[in-house]
Amino acid sequence: MAAVTSVGETPAPAAASRPSGMQARRRRRLNIFRYVVFTVFGLFFLLPLLAMARFSLEGAKLGTWSLTAWKQIASYQGTGVPPLLSSIEITLELAVITCVVMLVLLVPTMIWVRLRVRWLSRTMEFLSLLPLTIPAIALVVGLGPIYNRIQHYELSALMLFWVYVILALPYAYRALAAGLSAIDVETLSEAARSLGASWFTVMVRVIAPNMRQGILNAVLLTWALVLGEFTIAYLLLYNNLQAELYSINRNTPNAGVIFSTSVAALLFAFVLLLILSYAGRRRRGRG
Amino acid sequence: MTSSPVTRTRDGVARTAVEVRLEELSRHYGPVVALDRLDLTLQPGELIALLGPSGCGKTTTLRLLAGLEDADTGRITVGGKDITHLSAAKRDMGMVFQAYSLFPHMTVRQNVAFGLRLRKVSPAQRDKRAIEMLDLVGLSTQADRYPHQLSGGQQQRVALARALAIEPQVLLLDEPLSALDAKVRAQLRDEIRRIQLEVGITTLFVTHDQEEALAIADRVGVMREGRIEQLAPPTEVYSRPATSFVAEFVGLSNRLPGEVRGGQVTVRGVTLPLVEHDVPDGRVVALIRPEAVTMASRASAGSGPLVGTVIAVTFLGATSRVTVDLGDTTVLAQLPTSDAASLPAGSRVALTIRPDPVLVSASADPAGPLAGEEV
Repeated sequence: MAAVTSVGETPAPAAASRPSGMQARRRRRLNIFRYVVFTVFGLFFLLPLLAMARFSLEGAKLGTWSLTAWKQIASYQGTGVPPLLSSIEITLELAVITCVVMLVLLVPTMIWVRLRVRWLSRTMEFLSLLPLTIPAIALVVGLGPIYNRIQHYELSALMLFWVYVILALPYAYRALAAGLSAIDVETLSEAARSLGASWFTVMVRVIAPNMRQGILNAVLLTWALVLGEFTIAYLLLYNNLQAELYSINRNTPNAGVIFSTSVAALLFAFVLLLILSYAGRRRRGRG
Repeated sequence: MTSSPVTRTRDGVARTAVEVRLEELSRHYGPVVALDRLDLTLQPGELIALLGPSGCGKTTTLRLLAGLEDADTGRITVGGKDITHLSAAKRDMGMVFQAYSLFPHMTVRQNVAFGLRLRKVSPAQRDKRAIEMLDLVGLSTQADRYPHQLSGGQQQRVALARALAIEPQVLLLDEPLSALDAKVRAQLRDEIRRIQLEVGITTLFVTHDQEEALAIADRVGVMREGRIEQLAPPTEVYSRPATSFVAEFVGLSNRLPGEVRGGQVTVRGVTLPLVEHDVPDGRVVALIRPEAVTMASRASAGSGPLVGTVIAVTFLGATSRVTVDLGDTTVLAQLPTSDAASLPAGSRVALTIRPDPVLVSASADPAGPLAGEEV
């Protein structure tokens, strides 16, 4: 078979233009403004965290340093509450389960609505964003009877994932919707269908991989939400990490371990954020 | 176009190209009739281009054939087998879309091999086939690139390779060139035709570009309001349009008032034969192609029904289009640029109309806009 001569379509690199003096000055001023804003907001967020970290590292005597509070994370047990480590485990498990359930529910549904029942998209968006408008206390009042019944069967705090999926819905929906709108879902799915792909294959092998950044963002937001959630767990009498820290502080004041655990949780979320951003960037820049 | 070309298959076994029949196909979108009992038969190995204005139903026809939409009524057969109710995934048709449709997360090679992977072809076989197809479209050196690293033309070539890799029975092309610039479009159009002839696959090509349709197709189907107005070889569609719509849509036409008498039409004193001989006597509008009009410079200031003044000359390359004001109407003529060079704006000219068979319209408005786009 004869080969086709490739069409010379490679775009020529844009010629670098020398900025005029006025543009250079404007750019410099803009850069200075950026750095100032970045520094002010950085300090605003960072100082309390540094204070927490410093507090968690303080020794028994003023001016001394100790890792005791950090070592206690794995073994600490406050009066009348389960071991701290078990609530950390529960919270991490909750985060994983919530992320998985949220993705399994939301990703196929959103793709399906986009492809087959587009007229439902407004309704779905409204329903997904609805939890934002409902205060946590109202949710607790509404869900109380259900969770009372669940507690009757002595099920673990992992059952909180139902309500966490609802709480994470608006954030995950927005992240996934942004991922979905960045690709031509209709054309990609029709191309895959014409090549013989089933609807399942279209979703799993064609659409979902191209929503990767949206999925990662949705996971990150859900993860952060579950790690920091206090109100609902506390009001429904479950012990997740935040509720446990509050109980320790109230019953057996040990500020050191509370702060070391909080800083550890924040560091964990930060590392996860870095990993997810790196994964997304590597994907975009591949090739 | 009745021969049955042979399609080569993955395992080297020859496969005869198939006939495709669309019978009485209808499709409505609410009150809008997209397809109105359309009948169309593609002979084995034939390339038919569906041409028409937006909303005429050409893309709907292709999507019904692909299985991406369901017909309200009618029947589709491919190689004698009824596929009307078969899902798109099972129709065995390769399709190239107007929008870039390569899977962004896969390399060119993986894109081309995607359909084969779904068919459980072994990795070695599908890799071999993918490279073979990329060779066919001249992109085997780009196999490990990602779609975003290719130009638009290259992406459409890969899409064509991907569509052909599964050895489909039918190839469907949905305005695959419309997103490309003019030079690449013309080049890729010729490549599509070459590959289609080489593979010998029955092909339906949808376009709104007349030049594309006339250049690439064995037969052109001009569509209007969900029906095919004329289905004929390109030369026939152009030179012997079946209806005034076809005449006006394909190429430019001068609309000049005339009078039919005894199976002939007289336009500004010139008697011309008719395409349709059963036109009743009476006043009509004759549709005359610009290339059927020639002219000569006229030094004297005399007058006549075909004497006028050049008001504009448009350079088109090898030919030029000359607009002549006849006083009560304007006429377009298409002349070799060398001839048009001696007729600057303001020249007095005498027109001659070549006695080709012309189509007439009962339309009462000869001053209406000149229809169609430039060919």
